[in-house]
Amino acid sequence: MSSAAETPTAGADAPGRREPAHGWRLFAAWLVLALAADLLIWFLLYPHLPPGDMSSSAKHQQFDIAVLMISGAPVIIAVWLYFGYAIVVWRARPGDDSDGPPIYGHTGVQATWIIGTSAIVLFLAVFGTVELVGPAGAGAGEGPSPIWKLAGHQSATWTPGTNDMLQVQVIGQQWTWSYRYPQFGGMESTQLYLPIDTPVTFHVTSLDVIHSFWAYQLGVKADANPAVDNVAYTTPKQLGTFVVRCNELCGIWHGAMFNNGQVVSQSAFAAWASGVQAQEKANGVLALLPPFALTYDPTVIPQLGKALVNIVGITGAPGYYYGPANPVTP
Amino acid sequence: MSVPVRAAVLTVAFLLVVGLGVFVGYYYIGSATTQLQTIHYTASGGQVNVMLQEDPQNDSATTPDWVTYYTQDPTTKQWVHTTLFSVPANTKVNVTIYGYDGCTPLRNNYWSQVQGVIGNTVTVQQFSKNNTPLGPAQPESFINSWSACNVGHTFAIPELGLYVPVASPNANDSVNNLCGSSPCTPTSGGAYSLETFSFMSPSQTGSYRWQCLVPCGGGFLNGNGGPMQTLGWMAGFMDVVSS
Repeated sequence: MSSAAETPTAGADAPGRREPAHGWRLFAAWLVLALAADLLIWFLLYPHLPPGDMSSSAKHQQFDIAVLMISGAPVIIAVWLYFGYAIVVWRARPGDDSDGPPIYGHTGVQATWIIGTSAIVLFLAVFGTVELVGPAGAGAGEGPSPIWKLAGHQSATWTPGTNDMLQVQVIGQQWTWSYRYPQFGGMESTQLYLPIDTPVTFHVTSLDVIHSFWAYQLGVKADANPAVDNVAYTTPKQLGTFVVRCNELCGIWHGAMFNNGQVVSQSAFAAWASGVQAQEKANGVLALLPPFALTYDPTVIPQLGKALVNIVGITGAPGYYYGPANPVTP
Repeated sequence: MSVPVRAAVLTVAFLLVVGLGVFVGYYYIGSATTQLQTIHYTASGGQVNVMLQEDPQNDSATTPDWVTYYTQDPTTKQWVHTTLFSVPANTKVNVTIYGYDGCTPLRNNYWSQVQGVIGNTVTVQQFSKNNTPLGPAQPESFINSWSACNVGHTFAIPELGLYVPVASPNANDSVNNLCGSSPCTPTSGGAYSLETFSFMSPSQTGSYRWQCLVPCGGGFLNGNGGPMQTLGWMAGFMDVVSS
């Protein structure tokens, strides 16, 4: 960086001509441009930034991105402005083959730069930490023992109109998602329904390889690892549809591993979940499923018992059917 | 070297690199998808009949021990080693699957449930290796792959919410009695199941992915490789075209 004190004096060779105050010029231009850019970002861009504000975590992420842009825009403008100014004002004139003036260090400029950038970085570090802790992990998977937990009443059942935390298990399998609701008898569905204004705990796991549960508009993303319960939180704030995608390359159909979820009213959700539970209980599907657990060992079929599985060897997952002595690299 | 010469050399080198990239992409990616034949099913009376079979082996020279689906050409009645087929939009699709392969339980028994088909049921009839019916065709709303050795593979189109477990041949009758030469036929000496179901094709034209949800890549780690990861074996596309 430079300042008026270290400004080259090209053009000052004209006798009697006064060197303009480049530093103040640059500062004034920067101030106007930076202020304009930040105002545009805040008022025009911010409401349209991804991932939107469909949930508490999405809203925080949108705010975080806006703050990052507002913090970064003045720095970018300062750099670009200085480059542009230098190219225009201090360019070599035709026929001027003389050396440029020597450049000296300037303690004030150096200190301003170091202090300014340090302050921005420290602010962003503190801001990022607050924004990670405050919204309980900001929608990211926190592993099986989350440090930052979303407030909500833990209950074995879920009742509309209360602050009961809704538990939803997300199960990834090549190449589709399914969802279990332990507070509704452990019923399972290919549809992800969530009630509005309800704290939700996602328990994300996988039955085969590593997937990643990414509910884009909800601002929730958590890896789905086999034998791991990866916990993420959010609170849906708007009715509507959101997209669920796999965000971890998981095989040939990874790109097609997506479906849609819906945020509905609390009463509609209760009716839907109770209805699916009753239907699956009546048609025997609930009895087909293993008891709800945070993770599943695909080699264990509770209805048969592990001993029988080992003897008969009838499950694919870690190699009883396809023995571990016989894997080959695809 | 003059500037024009240098520019020409650079341009030629750039074009060579781009051309090489295009060739590699076309040769490997393009050929991988164009080798498979698409079977076209046309509607009659507002319905279309799709015929599939799943076998414990196949007739390829390179990977003869991979499990696979075959699709029947409605014109020649020949079984074609492909998993690409097309159906008209907004049409009732009647699917018949011959299940010649043995059983493998599902990782998630939820997929034992029949979903997304008309009536949410399939009909299953078992046949012995002598092609003798072992009983009448039975309607099933789920085929429990965990209570016994009942499910061979699945036919799933996740985008349509269609999940169908495909029955394996009767466990007792199929021991050492699976079809040994593909494509199998009812008289080729293997026990088999005959499963039928119907669903409505979507009104939206396009390619809909379908797949098996049983980890049936035998010989591969956790059953996930080989035929599970290769188009034309245990996964394919249903092209929905204008009716």
